[in-house]
Amino acid sequence: MTARSPDAVLVRRIVLPLVVIAGLVILWDVAIRAFAIPPYVIPTPASVGHALVKERARLVENAIPTILESLGGFALGNLVAIAAAIAFVHNKMLERALYPVAVAVRTLPVVAIAPIFVLMLGNGYSPKIAIAALITFFPTLVNMVEGLESADPQALELMHVLSASRTEVFRYVRWPSSLPYLFSAMRIASTSSVLGALVAEWIGTNTGLGYLIVLTTYDFRTALLYAAMVVTSAIALAFFFMVSTLEWLLVRWER
Amino acid sequence: MVFGTSAGPVHALANITLDVARGEFIALIGPSGCGKSTLLRLIADVLQPTRGTIEIRGGPPSRARLAREFGFVFQHPGLLLWRDALANVSLPLAIGAWGRRHASPHRPEALLELVGLKGFEHAFPRQLSGGMQQRVSIARALVTGPPILLMDEPFGALDEITRDHLNQELLRIWEATGTTIVFVTHSIPEAVYLANRVFVFTPRPGRVQEEVAIELPSPRAPSMKDTPEFLRHTATLRRALAKSS
Repeated sequence: MTARSPDAVLVRRIVLPLVVIAGLVILWDVAIRAFAIPPYVIPTPASVGHALVKERARLVENAIPTILESLGGFALGNLVAIAAAIAFVHNKMLERALYPVAVAVRTLPVVAIAPIFVLMLGNGYSPKIAIAALITFFPTLVNMVEGLESADPQALELMHVLSASRTEVFRYVRWPSSLPYLFSAMRIASTSSVLGALVAEWIGTNTGLGYLIVLTTYDFRTALLYAAMVVTSAIALAFFFMVSTLEWLLVRWER
Repeated sequence: MVFGTSAGPVHALANITLDVARGEFIALIGPSGCGKSTLLRLIADVLQPTRGTIEIRGGPPSRARLAREFGFVFQHPGLLLWRDALANVSLPLAIGAWGRRHASPHRPEALLELVGLKGFEHAFPRQLSGGMQQRVSIARALVTGPPILLMDEPFGALDEITRDHLNQELLRIWEATGTTIVFVTHSIPEAVYLANRVFVFTPRPGRVQEEVAIELPSPRAPSMKDTPEFLRHTATLRRALAKSS
């Protein structure tokens, strides 16, 4: 392989995707004109841009609850998953008893659980955080258990030779070994937690981007609907970017 | 030593009697699966014997382990990827706050220099070659100044050139530190070149087939490998191994 200059890397990683996105937007615009699609079915890119600017106060106002719910759910889901994974690795009985339950919960459709949580937890932030947490929980649990088990057997044997305590084995070997696994789970969770919060906002609430999406769909305000989707997507991307940056800072040895 | 496995009990070792004197360099050689690594792990208190006793400097292996009377070098370096070379060497000092409770006989920096890795203190394992990683793991085993070094085919995964080079380094370290070394290998020339005495093992259940004293002048030099004396020893070991299998 030939060495690439930083400029070439910039072109490949940033310019290229931007060109593709611009191309897709142009294609979208051309298709609407060519097939004479009415704006209430699909809005033009320009009208979506217009809605983003004109309705920015409304979009921000609805984005804040969605961001808080996603972050809360992300934090809660990951913390519980990490704690469960640590417990599982140290107690095989617990793992055998609870792992199938976790898998079973995973198979329940989120769209069906959302109303149940609203019934149980009311109309506030709690049911949304719970849904976002639930959606985050499983990938982190699976990856974290695998990560903690991924410790080099030779390193574990060394720790035994050094008469290390369980806490030390965890601190010096198991926990650092699991970090690459944890981060790959958190990268998935960073975007799916937004999805969870969004789905939870479809029912029993009157704020949030999920609510805005449902409302504008019924009102045929497609430009604002698309603008809400753009904002949602931007939030998910921002989370993904934050997790990736944190990984880049903390998991240096994998590079 | 009997292991319970899904396929029934496996007799890994049987009736082993073996004495090692202070400062000696002992090699254990035998076919794969003969239990020589198992014996090393029994000495290191990683495994418990089904029958029999092991005594290290007048006590059981568990006491020797807690007192850090041996260092262990594994077949694979087993370095912690997130610690640089120096931090990997210092690891045994961090565990159980050993470094704070005991005066350290060696500075980690000095040990890296001893194994020929001066200038690589802040290199991470991924940036080091296999041979360099194994040197780091040797320095790590020596950092608490153990009187005994247990080595389980430490150079088995390396190419012959690196292996010869590290053999030479190991002898130099052995002379510099006066450590007793128990060295598991399946290379006949390596056993002859390094050890004072070689124990030849039979296949499972492993027994000591033969004990061969190596009468080569010390310090060893690579040129000795072509002498009739050296070849006579390798021939003796080869015959013993043929008989054992």
